[in-house]
Amino acid sequence: MGAPPAPTLAVVAHDAIPVRRRPTSFHRRDAAMVVGCAVSSLALTWLLYSQILPLSGLPGFLMLWAALNFLMYFTAVAATEGRPAARDRTMASVITVAAIAIIVPLALILGYVTLKGLRFLRLSFFTTTMASVGPESPATETGGLQAIVGTLEQVGIAMLISVPLGVLTAVYLNEVKGRLARPTRVFVDAMSGVPSIVAGLFIYTVLVANGAGFSGFAAALALSILMLPTVTRTCEVVLRLVPGGLREASFAMGAPEWRTTWGVILPTARIGIVTATILGVARVIGETAPLIMTAFGSATLNFNPFSGAQSALSLSSFQLFGSSQTADVDRAWVFAFVLLALVLILFVLARLQGDRRRR
Amino acid sequence: MSTTKERAPAANVPPTPRKVVVVRTPADRMFRRAAACAGGLTLIILVLIGGFLFTKGLPALKDQGLKFFTTQVWNPPPRGNEFGVAALLYWTVVVALIALVIAVPLSVAAALFVTEFAPRRLRRALTSLIDLLAAVPSLIYGMWGAAYLRPRMIGISEWLGRYLGFLPIFKPTTNAPIYGPSAFVAGVVVSLMVVPIVTSVVREVFSQVPPGEKEGALALGGTRWGMIRAVVLPFGRSGIIGGSMLGLGRALGETIAILLIVSPLFAIRANVIEAGAIPVAPLIANNFGESSGLALSALLAAGFVLFVVTLLVNLGAATVIARSRSGAGVEI
Repeated sequence: MGAPPAPTLAVVAHDAIPVRRRPTSFHRRDAAMVVGCAVSSLALTWLLYSQILPLSGLPGFLMLWAALNFLMYFTAVAATEGRPAARDRTMASVITVAAIAIIVPLALILGYVTLKGLRFLRLSFFTTTMASVGPESPATETGGLQAIVGTLEQVGIAMLISVPLGVLTAVYLNEVKGRLARPTRVFVDAMSGVPSIVAGLFIYTVLVANGAGFSGFAAALALSILMLPTVTRTCEVVLRLVPGGLREASFAMGAPEWRTTWGVILPTARIGIVTATILGVARVIGETAPLIMTAFGSATLNFNPFSGAQSALSLSSFQLFGSSQTADVDRAWVFAFVLLALVLILFVLARLQGDRRRR
Repeated sequence: MSTTKERAPAANVPPTPRKVVVVRTPADRMFRRAAACAGGLTLIILVLIGGFLFTKGLPALKDQGLKFFTTQVWNPPPRGNEFGVAALLYWTVVVALIALVIAVPLSVAAALFVTEFAPRRLRRALTSLIDLLAAVPSLIYGMWGAAYLRPRMIGISEWLGRYLGFLPIFKPTTNAPIYGPSAFVAGVVVSLMVVPIVTSVVREVFSQVPPGEKEGALALGGTRWGMIRAVVLPFGRSGIIGGSMLGLGRALGETIAILLIVSPLFAIRANVIEAGAIPVAPLIANNFGESSGLALSALLAAGFVLFVVTLLVNLGAATVIARSRSGAGVEI
């Protein structure tokens, strides 16, 4: 494996500490081989791509480069160190490249949305509505207040519904451990796979089409269907981490089950429940499909979630993106950027909370 | 001694275990019932969703009969009276399969990298970044896919059509094929949403591989890749299958991203790289605003079919994963 020959025991004096052989060490020669293969395959790819084969586009270039690189690397290592080592090293680099390749689109998305959205984002976005903005107005005139209010109200109500229910379900699964705990867990898993559009259709047929009309509350109900399984599953994992000793200590003091849960288990898992809430919110805050059939969208400010159509960041972005006016499409990116920023903030918050829990 | 005296009668008593009688306070009974209700609500909601969609979609199902599952076109009442989910289901499955073909190898590689190769610090960072992929809203994937990725995929689509055209899935159907708003591009974008789901399940299973077996493989002189092939991958197989099915469930229900990328095509066509495709969920989102009466009922019937399909896939995934994991939960 490219390690220097290990000193044999015969040479080492009895009292000297033998140099330890490290089977996975990485030497200058190995690094040179990696870099050499990468560079020469890049050169060959360029030659093939731009001079010989009639190809275009960055994704194809990267794929060809990766394939040639792995082939070259395998041949080079096989020539010097044999096939098993070559297979091992090549697979290690394939896996590393694949893992990095997943991050590339994420960086592209974040960069692209920021670039497109930040161009036309003005402070007035947070204070004005779309009521006075026509399709002809410049993209710097974008009012997002009605969408921000809508998103906050809808997600807030969804949170108020699904967090208590989710925590209680997790308590049932993990503390009460009733007869139906196993099937319930399966159904929670199944529910987490309900397509968002189906949740929207359901609320539409039950509520909106039955005379209640479009409203922010209907949207919140659809969102809570999507949020509930996320909250339940995360909470269940968190409750499982509560040390059993705390539970037994509470029972030993004569506390009934509900007091144990309310006074010992839930406070211990407090931060984890906050994380579960944040994850649930992050799951639904960008949902668009169910809002089309529940909140419907509106250009004016509507504070009342219980009656009348309401807007939302994702919904506005979607509706503007389909417009034929360039200014409207630019506006859509502004909405998308604000939404993405909100999601990122929530995600970082959840991570920080999770870290605090671990410590 | 007094202790022996006291012990003596105890020896004669047959060793039956003491009967434990649990007496719960009324408050506790209430508490248990409330928790059970919350748990049962999940089932109730699922049943309600299925029930409502089915009853409201029934008029359309009755109208078309079994043709609903074989008709490819979608022309509900104002335009005609012929509609069915054959093409819709076909494209739903095609887009989901393309997404899985791309996402599963990448996810397994990422999970292997995180559990076997990465240094500790990189491990946390990479896990966070992959989880972040799951947090990005599907709308933003769709907008990015339509505005950024779609034009950049034309080159590779052309290449596939020209040089791998002997395969039915790439075979050009016209002399001047249009690439871009295709099932292929949609599948690539959906694969990005599937990756974090599959990765988190597979990573969880890989991290439960018994270290003794891994060390045994290495001690026998195996390389790291040899150890992975002989120990990690066989151990994690059901995790890979379960994670893929969970990803499949997500891909089948994906709506907005696909809607923004593809141009509709109500026909079954083998070629996946040319323009045109329309899965169930994007069709519902697209036609919802202009539908009423029987047309709306048709959409609800399509929604019901989608609901049943995803439910079955997810139940299957849950069973497979539950069989593979031991105690520890999988957090998504």
